[in-house]
Amino acid sequence: MSILIDKDSKIICQGITGKQGSFHTEQCIEYGSQILAGVTPGSKNDKHLGVPVFNTVMEAVEYSKADVSMIYVPAPFAADAIIEAADAGIALIVCITEGIPVMDMVKVKAALKGYDCRLVGPNCPGIITSDECKIGIMPGFIHKKGKIGVISRSGTLTYEAVYQTTQNGLGQTTCIGIGGDPVRGMDFIDCLELFQEDAETEGIVMVGEIGGTDEESAAEYIKSEITKPVVAYIAGVTAPAGKRMGHAGAIVAGGKGTAKEKYKALDSAGVATVKSPAELGDAIFELVT
Amino acid sequence: MNLHEFQSKQLFSEYDIPSSLGYTAKSADEARFAAEKIGGEIWVIKAQIHSGGRGKVGGVKIAKTIEEVEKYTQEMLGSVLVTNQTGPEGLPVNMVYIEPGSEIDREIYLSILLDREKEMVSFVVSPSGGMNIEEVAENEPEKIFKISINPATGLMMYQIRQLCSGIELDKEQCKQFSHILKRMYVLFLEKDASLIEVNPLIVNKDGDLMALDAKINIETNALFRQKDLMSFRDSSQENKTEYEAAQNDLNYVSLDGDIACMVNGAGLAMATMDLIKLHGGMPANFLDVGGGATSERVAFAFKLILSNKNVQAILVNIFGGIVRCDLIAQGIIDAVKETGVSAPVVVRLEGTNVEKGRNLLKESGLKIISASNLTDAAKKAVTMANQ
Repeated sequence: MSILIDKDSKIICQGITGKQGSFHTEQCIEYGSQILAGVTPGSKNDKHLGVPVFNTVMEAVEYSKADVSMIYVPAPFAADAIIEAADAGIALIVCITEGIPVMDMVKVKAALKGYDCRLVGPNCPGIITSDECKIGIMPGFIHKKGKIGVISRSGTLTYEAVYQTTQNGLGQTTCIGIGGDPVRGMDFIDCLELFQEDAETEGIVMVGEIGGTDEESAAEYIKSEITKPVVAYIAGVTAPAGKRMGHAGAIVAGGKGTAKEKYKALDSAGVATVKSPAELGDAIFELVT
Repeated sequence: MNLHEFQSKQLFSEYDIPSSLGYTAKSADEARFAAEKIGGEIWVIKAQIHSGGRGKVGGVKIAKTIEEVEKYTQEMLGSVLVTNQTGPEGLPVNMVYIEPGSEIDREIYLSILLDREKEMVSFVVSPSGGMNIEEVAENEPEKIFKISINPATGLMMYQIRQLCSGIELDKEQCKQFSHILKRMYVLFLEKDASLIEVNPLIVNKDGDLMALDAKINIETNALFRQKDLMSFRDSSQENKTEYEAAQNDLNYVSLDGDIACMVNGAGLAMATMDLIKLHGGMPANFLDVGGGATSERVAFAFKLILSNKNVQAILVNIFGGIVRCDLIAQGIIDAVKETGVSAPVVVRLEGTNVEKGRNLLKESGLKIISASNLTDAAKKAVTMANQ
């Protein structure tokens, strides 16, 4: 078991012929993901990386029966791509694209309420079920099938958590990069709920960062709903207020969204927090073994 | 991207939002000319800097004669204002704004911004205008009124009524306020603003509403479709290194410490700063070189962090996922040779071909210290900086 995706997931890629889309789709196929078709506007019966490329998502879905889409469409057109996927009946939309204007995402989130689908991202590394299916830009080789679920707002910090749990033998079920934007698809709670239900997941690693209040909400949720051990790290204790730390969503604004507040909320919810990302692997190892 | 008050008021005029209008001046002569054109007997001279809290540090002055207009302008121009928002280095005043003095009956607070939790755009209004709104929210939360706008419906009439009754406006003022809210929402959307703040919005002696101050921030991600606004960018108000980094698609933030960091990924870059602090040091910067850390980018990043003269040690922390560690190691070696770095460089590499990468560093003959993991890297960097 795993959450959201597995070896049978049928996937299309929007923006498959672009530089990023092309490079990473190839890596995903190598990992074993079933990428069955691509979409590039204006395409006519083209083939790329061995799969047919269609003009619209509708056509790609009709051909492939896919219900997952991986999006590498450039930021100015990404909102259009997400809604196109939802409209074509895609159930899981994974948007890797960075730099989407926040108002586009406000509209997308409002529009998606009318669809029965999930969005991961944008501005994220994607999602991977170890040794089965990779949808995104994460390095596949550091992952190993196992029992830890990973949820993170940051790409490279996800890799740290994954690498440590691979090295100590625990391995991972599924890892989700929920993204660094202020308005995004799935949040910590959505992922926590799925990991709680997943029989194979025995522990959860959560990596948050400054900005917003998602970690605080997650702390409340963990307290009341999660019985599995959770380890958390929050990046940005030293980040100055009012400065955007790389990610569009990583900013302490009006005194809100500090790492200190987030640690406080998680600690009082009984979550095992660590002050260094280097301790994530050991901390979860101790709790699940 | 932040706009100056005079630029924000220019946009207000375009959108038919009443504000206290005046003229910019870059010299005492221009200031006198502006004051004469405005006429009247009282003028306000306002330093144009990208920061609030100007009034408390001499950045807003009231003049009662033309001579005073010239004098205050002279004093402000070329000075550096340090407010509670600028940091200790302050911001240079290259321009002032001269506007007529206003007779104030009431001061209201008005802003529009994204509410992250609700994932909607929100108006925030308070009868306590002219004050630090964060303090009002903390001490008198009952004086803060807020509505969130569903993007499908836009701003609704009942929401305007709610805000009007919150700040107790009379019928005529409600009409004016309603117009301001509607126009401000359109401006916010059309210009991809991330914040529009009016503090204060005044009711003058005639009972009319008018923006006395104006602050607009434009969302960086949307600048590709706001080309017209690019001429508003004032790089003199930005940290020089941060500006240079942004021009080269690097995320850099200056900090006070002495250990420079170069990291791939924003989260790991923040975590690296935290680790330095955790082990007793202080980070000199935040720097994310991105996923594709090529040798050119690494070389440029080295030049950037070395422009900070406080730097005593450099910590390079790269998790080579899709990029191979041997390529990154070569990039670091080339960059160290090219820039002639004298400070000790601690490198933590992890990922594909890590052994090859570490060997390259070892055999380079350069003063590069290899670290075996995150903690080791932070400890070594702190030790080096203290030597």
